Amino acid sequence: MVKKKIKLRDVILSILAAGVFCALLAYYQYDTGTSHSYAISILERSAIYAVVAVSMNLLNGFTGLFSLGQAGFMAIGAYTTGILTIPVNMRQSVYYMNGIAPWLENLHLPMIPALLLGGLFAAAAAALVGIPVLRLKSDYLAIATLGFAEIIRALLAAPMMNTITNGSFGLNNIPGFQNIFQPMAIAAVCIVLMILLINSSYGRAFKAIREDDIAAEAMGINLFRHKELAFVISSFFTGVGGGMLAIFMRSIDTKTFQVTLTYNILLIVVLGGIGSVTGSIIGSLLINGSQEWLRFLDEPTTVPVLSSLFKPGFRMVIYSILLMVVVLFWRRGIMGTNEFTWDGLFGLFRRKKKTKKAGGEA
Amino acid sequence: MADNVLKVEHVTMQFGGVVAVNDLSMEVNKGEIVALIGPNGAGKTTAFNVITGVYAPTNGRVSFNGVPMIENHPQGKMKKNYLGEDPEGYPAKIVKTPDQITKLGIARTFQNIRLFKSLTVFDNVLIARHMRSKANVFSATFKVNAMEEKENREKTMELLKLVGLESSANEISSSLPYGKQRRLEIARALATQPTLLLLDEPAAGMNPQETDELSEFILQIKNQFDLTVLVIEHHMDLVMQISDRIYVLDFGKLIAQGTPEVIQNDPHVISAYLGVQDDE
Repeated sequence: MVKKKIKLRDVILSILAAGVFCALLAYYQYDTGTSHSYAISILERSAIYAVVAVSMNLLNGFTGLFSLGQAGFMAIGAYTTGILTIPVNMRQSVYYMNGIAPWLENLHLPMIPALLLGGLFAAAAAALVGIPVLRLKSDYLAIATLGFAEIIRALLAAPMMNTITNGSFGLNNIPGFQNIFQPMAIAAVCIVLMILLINSSYGRAFKAIREDDIAAEAMGINLFRHKELAFVISSFFTGVGGGMLAIFMRSIDTKTFQVTLTYNILLIVVLGGIGSVTGSIIGSLLINGSQEWLRFLDEPTTVPVLSSLFKPGFRMVIYSILLMVVVLFWRRGIMGTNEFTWDGLFGLFRRKKKTKKAGGEA
Repeated sequence: MADNVLKVEHVTMQFGGVVAVNDLSMEVNKGEIVALIGPNGAGKTTAFNVITGVYAPTNGRVSFNGVPMIENHPQGKMKKNYLGEDPEGYPAKIVKTPDQITKLGIARTFQNIRLFKSLTVFDNVLIARHMRSKANVFSATFKVNAMEEKENREKTMELLKLVGLESSANEISSSLPYGKQRRLEIARALATQPTLLLLDEPAAGMNPQETDELSEFILQIKNQFDLTVLVIEHHMDLVMQISDRIYVLDFGKLIAQGTPEVIQNDPHVISAYLGVQDDE
């Protein structure tokens, strides 16, 4: 796209929106009158899922590589972060069954370096796996990466790894986030980095590969190198996201990283729009939020007809129906391949007003 | 020979039992416009795909400015052909992959237009400049290469002006009319800074007037960018108008070569195109 001038109005609106959002976070964090832990946990989880969803979008939406290995890379990031951040004096109680490997016993890192290392390990695994796997296309790549994720999960739970990963007992006592700003800031940095990448010359090359790999190659783009690059970078951020999830959940085991986790992320990506970063962020908020907002459906009600319906479990029925409706009516996701713009938002209102006017006149 | 840019030697390409290209040898000299013509299914596009590294030929060598792109594998053993016989010679080996070939300075367009469909016209051309960029993924992400990026954007706009598409720079490329898509493909190929331009049926689906404009355009870019051009074409008007030399393929075999005048009067060519007269 030819560069457009950034409007002053948009800058002001963005700063305002960010300010309001930060104020909201601060309110949730420091308002001691009522407990906001519920809202905080939804927002934190949304931020973490948004990082992973955007990184999956980088691969699936922008490079056109349909990979389903997210849970595996998240597991690598989560275990790395978890193992390294558990306080040293807690280790004996965490590893009380199997004992801890001696070299690991006093190895402790602060949160940020641990997250980075988790991302790097995930990226290294991706680099290795990518060499054979990225020769595959579409569904075959999805199956291969799905298999890889399961291998990682099995490896982490294997008895041979007991003194490192604590095997099937999982990890606990991982120190959580100190406040809501931490995960938000980390998520923001990750997503901004990915947006910068997508808008760079490399991002355009990724899109070219998605559009037509033969033409991309004829334009001098080394297919393997660029696919591998996208895979490694995406896995890095997936690993960081996994690490954040470990810090958020405070206790993890390999069951956390089953295929359903990947499917959840895929759901967010598809719902938000394959090829739209803001779509993934919105999708993450919606998916994580709606599961909670719909909770009233599980509670008994006195409304006559509904009382027979509103039972535990009904929430998931409605949730699934809503997903189907969204996919049926917004076939390309909420955002399609578009990004959020202020112009677009105002255009939406204007269009609605116009149609209302037209309807009134007729 | 210093001035021969592209050299194709004894290239054979078999798909199972079908010999798409049979022992094709040709050379393209610097500054020439060479046409490769032949009836449908004669193997022209296959020859193109071999030259640009998309297909590994069964046998043969291709080199560009003396750099081998496809070599005969000295130790390899040929696959048995469909009759179960051992063919002579050695199997060909791709030395340069398509992206490396583009880097060497060969750019191409496609017969059935292959644009980056959902991207804008501007991005389509800008992508082609990625290859020449010196930025690595970090410097590109953090915009350290802003100068280069700016230059690329300017060059892209220049190219779009050249092909008359500057007004549709922000349109999605697949929404362009057919003729403009062809022009965009040429602009994209030029953005890779080639010395040899391969055009695969650039006038397909164009009316006579558009074809005339296209031949002028090809001559113009040839002079402006100091190009050598190899073109596959069906429109005889265009071929006769612009080409210095012509190679004629029929059923994968080279049946004639020479200047337009020679080709026009060649009995083999006439029979390949018009069929042999009964009363001969």
